[in-house]
Amino acid sequence: MKIGVVTFPGSLDDGDARRAVRIAGAEAVALWHADPDLHGVDAVVLPGGFSYGDYLRCGAIARFAPVMTSIIDAAKGGLPVLGICNGFQVLCEAHMLPGALARNGHLHFRNRDQGLRLESVDSRWTSEFVTGQEIVIPVKNGEGRYVADTRTLDALEAEGRVVARYIGENPNGSLRDIAAIRNEAGNVVGIMPHPEHAVEELTGPSMDGLGFFTSVLKSMAGAAA
Amino acid sequence: MARVVVDVMLKPEILDPQGQAVANALPSLGVDGVTAVRIGKRIEIDFAGDPDIEQARQIADKLLANPVIETFTIRTESQL
Repeated sequence: MKIGVVTFPGSLDDGDARRAVRIAGAEAVALWHADPDLHGVDAVVLPGGFSYGDYLRCGAIARFAPVMTSIIDAAKGGLPVLGICNGFQVLCEAHMLPGALARNGHLHFRNRDQGLRLESVDSRWTSEFVTGQEIVIPVKNGEGRYVADTRTLDALEAEGRVVARYIGENPNGSLRDIAAIRNEAGNVVGIMPHPEHAVEELTGPSMDGLGFFTSVLKSMAGAAA
Repeated sequence: MARVVVDVMLKPEILDPQGQAVANALPSLGVDGVTAVRIGKRIEIDFAGDPDIEQARQIADKLLANPVIETFTIRTESQL
């Protein structure tokens, strides 16, 4: 199984994301923003960072990268895509997920270990978790406040598309404490905190993040069988 | 040279913490009576020939503003 990790100019967490992929047991394939070729990967991670310097709006320019055109097409066909932090912003800007990520309500950058509760586990990236499970992974963002209109929020809740919520203090003012959502088909997930930073005891607050990567591997194995 | 100016603002219902921070700083300047401050972006687009408002509108709609959280207005500006 091959999982691609995109590097945009300004990506920071692409190295950690590739590492998480390898620890989960898959082959990590580096994808380059200017190369539309997905190199036969079975899934894609859009990593955290500051693509194109966050100029204009976070993720706004990355959306037009040649690799994104291929990813948007492939995701319509079911390719699993996980957007983490800046990757979540890119997914919203590309209209692959509804809503937007705005400046943190308190204007401060937040960097800490964060509790989350899994609200819905029926996506390609969450099948290894159970509904209601609480995990701790790092959060680190300045523009992570999830916003959408009330109708969109109600639809996300009604359709079980809120993947995870913040527990304890909401780190950024996200509406309804939303930390992660998925698309209708369940192949595209956007998450603001960083599962790729919580895959080893030595460096993470937990190994809770690994489940996102092992989930997609398991779902791909199921799809291939 | 022909210039088109695009103003991008957060929708009224979207919290603008930057504007609030500025508003909260005003009393220390001795300013009171301000009820709200909201911050947007002004973008100037220079065309080689006549200003193409329709093209500017497409640029604004697809890239300069995120219609989920922002609105924009477009106007031409004569340059001295």
